[in-house]
Amino acid sequence: MTSKKKLILSVNLFGIVIAGCSAIAAYEANDESGEEEKIPVGILHSLSGTMAMSETSVMDAELMAIEEINEAGGVLGKELVPIIEDGASQPSTFSERASKLLQQDGVDVIFGGWTSASRKAMLPVLEGNNGLLFYPIQYEGMEASPNIFYNGAAPNQQIVPAVDWLLENKGDEFFLLGSDYVFPRLANQIISAQLEENDATLVDEQYTPMGHTDYNTVISRIQESKPSVIFNTLNGDSNVAFFQQLADAGITPDDVTVLSASVAEEEITGIGADAIEGHYASWNYFQSTDTAENEAFAENYQEAYGSDRVTGDPIEAGYFMVHLWAKAVEEAGTTDVDEVRAAADGIQFDAPNGTVTIDGDTQHVHKTVRIGEVQEDGQFEEVWNSGKPVEPDPYLEEFDWASDITEP
Amino acid sequence: MENFLTQIFNGASLGSILLLIALGLAITFGLMRVINMAHGELIMIGAYTAYVIQLIFVTYVPDAMFDFYFILAIPGAFLIAALVGSLLETGVIRHLYGRPLDSLLATFGIGLILQQAARSIFGAPNVGVTNPSFLSGSLSVFSLELPYSRLFILGLVALCFTALALFLYKTAYGRKIRAVMQNRDMAMSVGISSRRVDNLTFAIGSGFAGVAGVALTLLGPIGPTLGLTYIVDAFMVVVVGGVGALVGTVAGAMGIGVFNTLFEYWTNASMGKVLVFALIILFLQWRPSGLFPQTSRSLD
Repeated sequence: MTSKKKLILSVNLFGIVIAGCSAIAAYEANDESGEEEKIPVGILHSLSGTMAMSETSVMDAELMAIEEINEAGGVLGKELVPIIEDGASQPSTFSERASKLLQQDGVDVIFGGWTSASRKAMLPVLEGNNGLLFYPIQYEGMEASPNIFYNGAAPNQQIVPAVDWLLENKGDEFFLLGSDYVFPRLANQIISAQLEENDATLVDEQYTPMGHTDYNTVISRIQESKPSVIFNTLNGDSNVAFFQQLADAGITPDDVTVLSASVAEEEITGIGADAIEGHYASWNYFQSTDTAENEAFAENYQEAYGSDRVTGDPIEAGYFMVHLWAKAVEEAGTTDVDEVRAAADGIQFDAPNGTVTIDGDTQHVHKTVRIGEVQEDGQFEEVWNSGKPVEPDPYLEEFDWASDITEP
Repeated sequence: MENFLTQIFNGASLGSILLLIALGLAITFGLMRVINMAHGELIMIGAYTAYVIQLIFVTYVPDAMFDFYFILAIPGAFLIAALVGSLLETGVIRHLYGRPLDSLLATFGIGLILQQAARSIFGAPNVGVTNPSFLSGSLSVFSLELPYSRLFILGLVALCFTALALFLYKTAYGRKIRAVMQNRDMAMSVGISSRRVDNLTFAIGSGFAGVAGVALTLLGPIGPTLGLTYIVDAFMVVVVGGVGALVGTVAGAMGIGVFNTLFEYWTNASMGKVLVFALIILFLQWRPSGLFPQTSRSLD
């Protein structure tokens, strides 16, 4: 056999193996036995590509919630069957997989997504097929689709209170640093308007491309402009490079406070706690949040996935949103999308972060806002919280200074 | 003036990182003409080697000795990456010599397999590599703050480059490599085993990618997709420098590093990158073969 033939043969074999695997998976998903007793639900996260590092943990939490619900007798007496699809960190794949889940698998609900790009790619598919998406991530707001339930923080549940807290406690010269895409740009529009309202100074606003790892020049700018606060909306891997290089340049939390919007416990593991200790983050939940529900949640999560694993805000939202959907289905008496939507208003769940309540008008949730300081062990110590769940305001209608901010 | 000096240092520092990630590629792509899209994953393998050696130290070695893990990681990563490179060459690439498009696709696929393997072994989240204590902090010169980690990378790349140059130009084996790369048929007819030379050359290039991976643990995230961040930059440096000339790779890396830093300082990070690419496109219009084109009759 020539080497060329060998290559063709091996490529074909590889193809056959892959096709075989997917056929088996499809067969298992469509197992006809007991069809009446089961409810399929979609799970759509990036299990490969650059976002896999964040999204696999959220999927783990969703599967844990599904298991809990099944152990307690299921929903409407039926077992939930998760159908897992990989969004592969590509918005186009997200939209294609979402239509597969809704059309072929006949699910009524999808738990999934992380980036705003992936959410916006799924949106037309959801609206076209009248499916529901439960979305677990804090985001930039300015959106309210009838087919999406937003379980992460709206800007008034994360960014606005964080800026207020910083102005009160850390100074009024802000340096804004973010990755170059929709969330940081819109977040910084909001922050700029808020700073103007409070007569605070915006010393500089810098964006770096996704995946950027050389922060020398940005750090030089920080050394020159001497801000009192850096509001950090970098996403993903860039955070590791930024904090390591900031620490290497000898800039300590005593010199300048960094508050991050996308750095949770899991990211701290990658950054290394010594490089980020003493800086802050704003979320609705920390692994250290002191509630009975959280103690059980963190323990179960580590028992299921390993004692070295950490929880965090997106992971917690992935967990409670499955429970919220299940309770809304119980309330509606059916998984039918329109019925569930109608029944969702006011549905409550005692989540690890405290009580969360669905707001039927905006399809966001009421949740508590928290600010934490990074400790030596990579956990947060809470330094402030809102005291009670904050009503979601995705369009920032309650703030006059935000009237000029529109969709990106 | 002070800002200007800082930017020059930043440029040299970025250039040294670019040179380190491109050094291995200067061998596998520059000398051997293999378009190896898995070069980034070899860098990743080096970075994970540093991580594993660190874990071993944490478990079995007294704390006082901890910093030595880094010293050990450099040759360790070289050997592991070289081994993987050698297997890669034997298993796949040697069947694809002279077929650049096929090797591009095959190595791209191998890159994906290696990424997924890293994900299966180490998990999808990034892992933290603790910097050795002697590389934390920075050196104050007048009013400049020069981070030790950056100075170390500058030193490391100088060392790697010198070692490679001596090996290629001062040893018998280096002469064999150059002979095979310049004129394979002639080299074979005077009794050089081109199979062995090909395999060793590819392994050495891969080994340097592994060393780059160790250096990157000082700067940023270590995860399965680490290689994707650097693969384009690495090819860019080799192409600008001139395929097949080591000295061109140095000039290309330093040039891109300094220009990128200055552009970023004058504009912003996204625009800086755009301007660098624009400059490179213009430059390649003017000098299609890069800074130091190879001239040899055997290339016609």
